[in-house]
Amino acid sequence: MSTENAILTVRNLRKYFPIKGGILGKTIKNVHAVDGVDLEVFQGETLGVVGESGCGKSTTARLLMQLIEPDEGALYFEGKLVGSPELPLKAFRRQVQMVFQDSYSSLNPRLTIEDNIAFGARVHGTPAREALSRTHDLLTRVGLDPARFAGRYPHELSGGQRQRVNIARALALRPKIIILDEAVSALDKSVEAQVLNLLADLKAEFGLTYVFISHDLNVVRFVSDRVMVMYLGKVAEIGDAEALYATPLHPYSGALLSSMPSMDPDNRTMEPALTGDPPNPIDPPTGCRFHTRCSVVGAVCSQKEPTLTQRAAKHLVACHAHDPASGYVALKAKEAAE
Amino acid sequence: MTAPFLSIQNLGVTFTGGTRPVRAVNDVSLDVAEGEAVALIGESGSGKSVTMRAVMRLNPENRSKLEGKIMVGGRDVMGLNTRALSAFRGAEAAMIFQEPLLALDPVYTLGDQIVETIRRHEPISKEAARARALDLFDRVRIPSAKSRLDNYPHEMSGGMRQRAMIALALSCRPKLLLADEPTTALDATVQIQVLLLLRELQRDLGLSIIFVTHDIGAAVEVADRIAVMYAGQIVEQATARDLIRTPRHPYTLGLLKSRAHDAMVKGSKLDAIPGAPPDLANLPEGCPFAPRCFLADAGCRTGSIGIAQISEGHQARCRRLDQTALRDAG
Repeated sequence: MSTENAILTVRNLRKYFPIKGGILGKTIKNVHAVDGVDLEVFQGETLGVVGESGCGKSTTARLLMQLIEPDEGALYFEGKLVGSPELPLKAFRRQVQMVFQDSYSSLNPRLTIEDNIAFGARVHGTPAREALSRTHDLLTRVGLDPARFAGRYPHELSGGQRQRVNIARALALRPKIIILDEAVSALDKSVEAQVLNLLADLKAEFGLTYVFISHDLNVVRFVSDRVMVMYLGKVAEIGDAEALYATPLHPYSGALLSSMPSMDPDNRTMEPALTGDPPNPIDPPTGCRFHTRCSVVGAVCSQKEPTLTQRAAKHLVACHAHDPASGYVALKAKEAAE
Repeated sequence: MTAPFLSIQNLGVTFTGGTRPVRAVNDVSLDVAEGEAVALIGESGSGKSVTMRAVMRLNPENRSKLEGKIMVGGRDVMGLNTRALSAFRGAEAAMIFQEPLLALDPVYTLGDQIVETIRRHEPISKEAARARALDLFDRVRIPSAKSRLDNYPHEMSGGMRQRAMIALALSCRPKLLLADEPTTALDATVQIQVLLLLRELQRDLGLSIIFVTHDIGAAVEVADRIAVMYAGQIVEQATARDLIRTPRHPYTLGLLKSRAHDAMVKGSKLDAIPGAPPDLANLPEGCPFAPRCFLADAGCRTGSIGIAQISEGHQARCRRLDQTALRDAG
């Protein structure tokens, strides 16, 4: 596999959203949306991103696209720093495109389907005629007949068809990476399967790299080569999809996976893996952010933040229980002795 | 078998507000026994929520046409007058919704909302009603229930709000709980907690539950029986076990096969159902699933398709069931 080539490298990405308050409208608190994320996306892979709402999946996606500016951190595309003279933002954006969850609000309702798709290419300097003919090719490629659909408006299409249009638009600039932020979540199950198949075909045909964000753990397992689990703005674990689903190392990943409804009527879930809701990202817990809900929490967990470290082949985890140097094991042994 | 607690017979709901009448529910019959949980699953627009709303008579009366019969606890819901209807809602049957933030009143505390509901239905003192509200909060496992009663909805997290709405729905001891996608907006780790809570309430209080969802997994966790809806009709219903193990309607088969699941081989294709659900204002003649069905023949495209009994409690609305039985065996 060619996976050892990082196409996109993220270093210490951080984004806080300020909450203003008081008479003077000063920043009183911050939402710790993404807090120090390090990440590599390898050439040709599908990286799945899972986590609960508020864990920073979507903020990470928007930061990768530079749709919002990070407070801190650097982004390298094919080894070049994004935003440097070597790789200006506009040139970078051409390489990375995004498909959003809401297929309707991400299209311009006043433009026809073909204008919606061709718009980006024209902004980036493709002649109108060429942009249009490429649009028709793309429409055919995503399974929409250009003769029937090119002249229609977004509201005249079904959700599944609109999401195909969004995928065609993302492809219009011939990007290398597509970020799919809950791109199939709003679709009905029977249509979702069609779109997932389409995405797999397009990936093979255009040699794409996907970052696939979803809350649907079954779908993520099916599409992803590697999976990243996020919790409250931090990466909890990242590893090979099958290995991570088979033996999750982080207690949160384990809990998340065992929260999936069982499909066996004779073997229904008896105990919830976790109790309570995820804490508020405005005031995240100290130390390890998961320690308030963790079933194997130790004394060190509330004091020291674990770092994301490699613990198995291509498998990184941020947990003191897997870090011999953290003092977790020694403390646990001491607790047991008492 | 005793008489079902809820019995829906040949229900039809047509919305007449727009330019063309929309046939949202078409000849739906469904029984729910006392203490039984039935899941209605289907895609958006398949008529599951409209069916539920019809039981509560929540569909706008002047813009919808109801046909058929709905009996709850031996009473005809269609025949209730306004006064009887408000006594029925809450005390006999209660409903919970997908988005508690929209269903709860934002300007009253949850304690006040529950007390008001109880006192609307029963002549008891404020203190007694508040004590019951506290019990309910404990019952649905809201931590530090006493102080939470004084919370406004926006002060709670999503999972807690959903628990509070369940408490509110249970405040007048209804026998039937209608749950409309109650866990869809929740995170995975919270969803499973609410599903288990519903199951526990069903067992402990002897509640009858109709649980509407588009997630088969959630349905399996909660329901004794599952009914699958497509384009306004129940196309198949059976016990959860039979439906998952031996589905017979081509739509149910397709739905189960198109799911990504653990046994999938990486890089393989999903077995997607082609096409898209039909427009309810312009339904095709015959079986509404025929245009997408791998078994459809000319006979499926005319007339109306009857319900066939497959085994005790297992029925499907399909005339090619002999073919799906063969598939199972093969």
